[in-house]
Amino acid sequence: MSNTEKPASALSRRGFMKGVGAGGVVTGLVGGATAAPAEAAADSPTLMGPGEVSVTLRVNGEDRTVSVDTRSTLLDALRNRLDVTSPKKVCDRGTCGACTLLVDGVPIYGCSMLALEAEGRSIETVESLGTPEQMSAVQAAFVKHDAQQCGFCTPGMIVACTALLQRNPSPTRDEVRDGLGGNLCRCGTYAGIIDAVLEASKTLKGGV
Amino acid sequence: MAKPQWPSAEKRRLIGKRIDRLDGPIKSTGVAKYAYDQHFDGLLYAKIFYSPYPSATINAVNMEAAKALPGVETVWVDESLIGKEVRYVGQVVAAVAAVSEEIANEALRLITLDATPQEAQIDDTDPSKAEEKKSEREEGDFEATMAAAEVKSTGRYSIPVITHCCLESHGQTAKMEGDHLYIWPSTQAVSLYANGLDEAVGVPQANIHVDCQVMGGGFGSKFSHDKWGVIGSLLAKETGKPVKLMLERDQELMVAGNRPSAHGEVTVGVNKSGKLQAMEATLWGTGGSGGYRPPPVPYVFTKIPATRLTGMRIKTNRGGQRAWRGPGHPQGCFLTMAAVEDAAAAIGMDALEFFKTNLELTERAELYAKQLDIAADLIGYKTKAHLRGDKTDGPLKRGIGIGIHTWGGLGHPSNCDISVHPDGSVVLKMGTQDLGVGTRTVVGIVAAETFGLPLEAIDVNIGSNAYPSSNASGGSTTVGGISAATRLASTDALNKLIDVVAPRLDVDVDDLEAVDGKLQSISDPTKSIPWKDACKLLGAKSVLGRGENIRGESQEMGLIDQGVGGVQMADVTVDIETGVVTLNEMAAVQDCGLIIDLKTAESQVYGGLIMGITYALYEECIYDNRSGRMLNADMEFYRLAGLKDVGQLKVHMMTGPGFDERGVIGLGEPPVISPGAAISNAVANACGVRVPELPLTPDKVVAALQAGGIV
Repeated sequence: MSNTEKPASALSRRGFMKGVGAGGVVTGLVGGATAAPAEAAADSPTLMGPGEVSVTLRVNGEDRTVSVDTRSTLLDALRNRLDVTSPKKVCDRGTCGACTLLVDGVPIYGCSMLALEAEGRSIETVESLGTPEQMSAVQAAFVKHDAQQCGFCTPGMIVACTALLQRNPSPTRDEVRDGLGGNLCRCGTYAGIIDAVLEASKTLKGGV
Repeated sequence: MAKPQWPSAEKRRLIGKRIDRLDGPIKSTGVAKYAYDQHFDGLLYAKIFYSPYPSATINAVNMEAAKALPGVETVWVDESLIGKEVRYVGQVVAAVAAVSEEIANEALRLITLDATPQEAQIDDTDPSKAEEKKSEREEGDFEATMAAAEVKSTGRYSIPVITHCCLESHGQTAKMEGDHLYIWPSTQAVSLYANGLDEAVGVPQANIHVDCQVMGGGFGSKFSHDKWGVIGSLLAKETGKPVKLMLERDQELMVAGNRPSAHGEVTVGVNKSGKLQAMEATLWGTGGSGGYRPPPVPYVFTKIPATRLTGMRIKTNRGGQRAWRGPGHPQGCFLTMAAVEDAAAAIGMDALEFFKTNLELTERAELYAKQLDIAADLIGYKTKAHLRGDKTDGPLKRGIGIGIHTWGGLGHPSNCDISVHPDGSVVLKMGTQDLGVGTRTVVGIVAAETFGLPLEAIDVNIGSNAYPSSNASGGSTTVGGISAATRLASTDALNKLIDVVAPRLDVDVDDLEAVDGKLQSISDPTKSIPWKDACKLLGAKSVLGRGENIRGESQEMGLIDQGVGGVQMADVTVDIETGVVTLNEMAAVQDCGLIIDLKTAESQVYGGLIMGITYALYEECIYDNRSGRMLNADMEFYRLAGLKDVGQLKVHMMTGPGFDERGVIGLGEPPVISPGAAISNAVANACGVRVPELPLTPDKVVAALQAGGIV
């Protein structure tokens, strides 16, 4: 494929349009988005869909092969196909953070990534961090500081807090406010959340 | 015999302490299953098709293409609408059920509507659009008193329609098994949920099994099963498959309830000494397609000698209002507190002094005086306060504002069953719900306190309509109602156990108490029996204690009460060049009688403050007056406060003598009432001019500064 367009990512714009243009509706997706090198994908895109395709997702350390609609977001695939329901769909537009996941250790919104994009990557939800009997430092601190009321924002919030402490083990109050700017709570638990993150920071540094 | 009255302070081991909520661990680890999380093999996803018109006659709804789409299991149309009118954008017209969300969404796009659009009323700010019918009330010798007032201050104030924006949207998962309907709704009313659903779906109430262990927020919007509850159930019944139907976010924001607007012209008559003399208010607003009651004005200062209030409804083609935390109060508080604070500014009086001068015009002068002092200390009023208008140089102006509020909160009718079994286990059952308030924890604490057991010893079962009926959670009535019912049930069970145990210990029944994991003689503590051994004496028979909260009786016993007060102060910085308001600090002082769990009670107040900050600074349903559509029906532009927006929060609960003996009073509404007033007053104090509308967005602030000649 020789043209003057510069491929912005693994996919060229033209390659993508070619993939989705055939059916006239946006139901197709070019495969190999994450795994294939740029040249290969640009030269010979594999058309996936419309309809369902099989994908293997590595969720909380376990490879799970599942059939998904090519249009499925990672969030919908987790919730509707794999019954992993801790990430919540609240805004469905990348605003509220209730579906925050760790993908290859980086916090992302599950509603804003396609399931097919996540193939071959490590996907972690709050379930991987601890259990009610054995909570992580962040989870235990959330309980202690009552950093949750209805609890619907909590799984995403805790994933975001965990990621924050991984990249900044000793945040100040203001850094906590900044670091969690992508997560919203409606019940108003922010005061408890800040205290919880600061306490978890101490606990983690103490090696407890 | 144990008495149902609350134990005295020195005897309480759990009540009033800071105790972790029981469902904290399952929420923090993602184990908690909400209505939205219920998952079954063969689950169908239902989606709603809604009216795109604010007003139209529906001629026909064409579902053929949607129905033909592979993966669509069935469709539903509201046949009663054909030939009739829809009254707002978002009104439910039809639904589809498909094997996946993606297919359901695609099917919605294939539905076509044949409708004849009509003229609609969308704007709610023009009082000439109000209905003819007005509510009018006059108290005292209004004309003469207002005329005699030394200074009159008039202002126009405005608080827009906002919505609940529950993070878990409205809806449910439903499943038919034989002629039984199993349903997992997100609801504030577990025991009442099946009322009306039975007839709509054709399943008797006894066969409707409602389960709601956790729910993602209601705030007054989730009392009913709603149309979506009926549709989801009907689709489940028709297909024989489980059906999940949750409103999309735009639908939730448009049609699942909102808080009515309130606009008004308010004139305050005041003497130069600062004494309020008279108030006149002409108020109007909209509850959309729902009803409208003008908010209570004057608020808190209800004994102003002379008042005249006119209220008008503007019926609009918008989604209908529902209860929103403290119905009417946040609006009434804002309109009143802003107007009287403007009067204080007009006579050049310090706001705190002004509020104190007029406390005799309230129902709780003594309480508010104390609360004003505590709040002033918390926020550093003495060092920060200045008369209206920060005179320091530079564009950043700082100010402090005050709000005062009140609420009822009498515990609602509620029933509780508690079984004590021969193995010592204690099982509590109550058809209440935990909206995130901590009700599960509260009833556990009350039972554990009564039995002298640790909280973990109580098996708390709520969230099902199979349990004894408990009322809906609204109006701050829940914690009072369920605490009283639990106390009565646990006392009843304990006394039945005491009846068995007392003779075996050779003590009088009146001489036995449950304390520290044992039953023990009050007169001779050496005579005691561990809890488990005591329960073994029951032989093969468990005892059942029953408790019913009957309002008058429980109030007489001192278990519950109503009527609370609160004061809040806000400290803000306003950038008069950009109009951006920054909340530096807020202090809340609140009473609520006897507190069961101090930790979750404080959380309620923090939560109220934050929700209040949100509507003071950001929240507003913005409608397009031509299309009738809500322009910000998403969470990017219907903005909620984030962690960076709320500043430093300080909460002080009034507890101890004078408060505890009143019994339990609910707390959901009071702390959300004052923030709009306090923050608006703080902004006026900072900039030197009233920004007449909420939310205090930069455009409104700059407009007010320009109008006031400040910039």
